[in-house]
Amino acid sequence: MEGAIKDWRNDIYKVFKELDITMVSHVPDAGHTPLINLCEKDNEIEVVTLTTEQDGVGISCGAFAGGRKSALLMQSSGVGNCINALALPNICRIPFLTLVSMRGEWGEFVPWQVPMGLGTPKVLEAMDVKVFRADYKEEVGSTVDAAARFAFNTNRSAAVLLSQKMIGAKQFKNG
Amino acid sequence: MIERRPFVQKILKNRQTNLRVVSGLGTSTWDLMSGGDDKANFGFIGAMGQAIPFALGLAMAQPDLRILLFTGDGDALMSLGSIATVANHPVTNLTIMVMDNESYVETGSQPTATAGKTDLEIVAKGSGIANSFTIHSEKDYDRIIKTIYEEEGPSLVVAKCQAKATPLVFPHSFDGSVSINRFMSTLKS
Repeated sequence: MEGAIKDWRNDIYKVFKELDITMVSHVPDAGHTPLINLCEKDNEIEVVTLTTEQDGVGISCGAFAGGRKSALLMQSSGVGNCINALALPNICRIPFLTLVSMRGEWGEFVPWQVPMGLGTPKVLEAMDVKVFRADYKEEVGSTVDAAARFAFNTNRSAAVLLSQKMIGAKQFKNG
Repeated sequence: MIERRPFVQKILKNRQTNLRVVSGLGTSTWDLMSGGDDKANFGFIGAMGQAIPFALGLAMAQPDLRILLFTGDGDALMSLGSIATVANHPVTNLTIMVMDNESYVETGSQPTATAGKTDLEIVAKGSGIANSFTIHSEKDYDRIIKTIYEEEGPSLVVAKCQAKATPLVFPHSFDGSVSINRFMSTLKS
């Protein structure tokens, strides 16, 4: 089980290396932690911890203008924070890639996660972001690869929603 | 109090070739464009709050250039968290100049938080940007130039400005893709 969970983050990391993505910004989420750890161990990848997800949009666009490719990692709750910021890559036709770990869908324990979980694909599509989705670990690598190529080849914004079914729903215990 | 437009123009007039300038939306972009069209400038006309993160990403990607951001107190106040991110992912080549007129002049001169109790120099210092200071007069020009070109950043300068409306000076294009591609053409080796 541990090996299987590790694998799909490794697949994302491989895409980063293959496409020369050298900057990763994030507001951490447990679903992304193994990937963040892989990136932090890599001297060629600069990891930026944000205070709010929207800043990752601006950093990503500034980095691209300067010649570096990046990705923003966030939880679905962070997508709502990015709405107006997404105007920047859209109007400038700057490639923008984000990987979103989903909450509020499969076996969610916390009701507060549900509204933004339900809203995530709608909000992204409303801002002209091409939405990809991976429900099974076997398809993560190819989906992230496809989304990244879509973004960087067509100068558009792309998001990959990583399903809660795949990540595993966090169960909370009182006390 | 500084008269912002001539002050910005003076900084631009004497610019060195290793400088790239970014501006936050609104008056900061009109100020930047008033210095004349230059491909080595990129001005926001929207996406409020994104100028500081953009300048950080640019400075990280272009460590051999000096990056100067002109932005307003309104834009900076919208992304206070990004000041903490700049402090904790330090870039030695970045100067953020907040043209602080304590007012949302373009929308009818409503007071901003800096007209009240908020001090952006202290916010920057508390966030961890040690090289942060406030200027009140054009006499500090030489100090600013030293900060922009020589001092180890990141730096955040609060320039206290008069709150008066100035004529809008439009960029070469309102199309962001045109603006960013012209700007990027100055970054290719």
